[in-house]
Amino acid sequence: MAKIKGDIVINVERCKGCEVCLASCPTSVIGMAKEVNSKGYHFAIKVNDTCTGCMNCALVCPDGVITVYRAKVTAE
Amino acid sequence: MEEQFAKLDIRKDENIVYKRTPLLVDRPLSYCPGCGHGTVHRMLMETLEEMDIQDKTIGISPVGCSVLAYDFLNIDMLGAAHGRAPALATAIKRMWPDKFVFTYQGDGDLAAIGTAETIHACNRGENFVIIFINNGIYGMTGGQMAPTTLPGMRSSTSPYGRDEKTMGHPLRMTELVAQLPGTYFVTRQAVHTPNHVRRTKKALRKAFENQKLNVGISFIEVVSNCNSGWKMTPVNSNKWMEDNMFPYYPLGDIKVDGKIVEPKAVTAKAGE
Ligand SMILES: Cc1ncc(C[n+]2csc(CCOP(=O)(O)OP(=O)(O)O)c2C)c(N)n1
Ligand code: SF4
Ligand code: SF4
Ligand code: SF4
Ligand SMILES: [Mg+2]
Repeated sequence: MAKIKGDIVINVERCKGCEVCLASCPTSVIGMAKEVNSKGYHFAIKVNDTCTGCMNCALVCPDGVITVYRAKVTAE
Repeated sequence: MEEQFAKLDIRKDENIVYKRTPLLVDRPLSYCPGCGHGTVHRMLMETLEEMDIQDKTIGISPVGCSVLAYDFLNIDMLGAAHGRAPALATAIKRMWPDKFVFTYQGDGDLAAIGTAETIHACNRGENFVIIFINNGIYGMTGGQMAPTTLPGMRSSTSPYGRDEKTMGHPLRMTELVAQLPGTYFVTRQAVHTPNHVRRTKKALRKAFENQKLNVGISFIEVVSNCNSGWKMTPVNSNKWMEDNMFPYYPLGDIKVDGKIVEPKAVTAKAGE
């Protein structure tokens, strides 16, 4: 059966740690890192693999640092 | 770390469904974390990209936090003196009627020092787009009270809250310009949730399409946050905006195709 799979890549160096993306994710994929980037911001990270590629997080990210992938895959 | 959840099998260029538009210059935005200015910039540039008018568009940046918009928006731009963007846009559009022209202005810029320029450009029915970022405060200069500051709202120049008796009432510029025959499309939007971001982009598209028709001003207010000026976290500022700004500045179209729309009583809420 074909299934939709999604993934995101966060440009962590450009992330300002505002957390606006967190609330927008329907499957709670995003959390905040304990580490900071070179600007001193705790950046957003993925905390599970349930991304569906809905783009919500990327749309609301004020700094536009999220790239979204989505593909139909055939499950075995 | 996070890479343990990477789905490398689908991380291929042909599977990209969303990425930052190349019409935004590849450099960090100067805005505070969580500030809506960045989201509006991105939706604006996506609109120009989709209409394929990057080389035909001239923008006017204001004085305010978005004074540096020309550093981020990869199009021809001019910076206007505080509040004078609609006057400059008038001159540019009249000289180059085939160009797409817009102003990008904050509430201090558009509704305080630039009130006259705004109203007269709208009243003359100039043919450009006005993008108005209303965060109810002078963000850039340290959070002073603006004409748009809400009753009771604290700012650095109204530390006990805005008192309407002595400081006047919040100015709804958008409802005001909708009354003028020179405006063709007037709407109020937001960019703090995915659906609101989509609606703002739709409004931008309509506004820029209107310029092809030469029918007057398209005016888009975006009610936005100033988490630094409001002294809140970005997420809390978005919640505060929903609870306090939206009742006073209700979202939705106010005038479409030159006709006033019947006002809707309800305001959109979070996640909607
Ligand atoms: C003629 C003039 N008067 C005053 C100022 C100071 N000033 C700079 S930005 C600003 C207000 C900006 O507020 P707003 O337009 O709401 O933009 P925001 O920073 O909130 O996006 C003021 C009063 C100035 N630069 N020039
Ligand atoms: S694309 Fe959708 S599901 Fe995936 S992380 Fe972003 S908001 Fe969550
Ligand atoms: S919205 Fe963007 S800048 Fe803010 S935490 Fe998420 S990824 Fe980082
Ligand atoms: S001061 Fe306010 S308006 Fe200016 S960048 Fe910061 S949050 Fe945005
Ligand atoms: Mg402001």
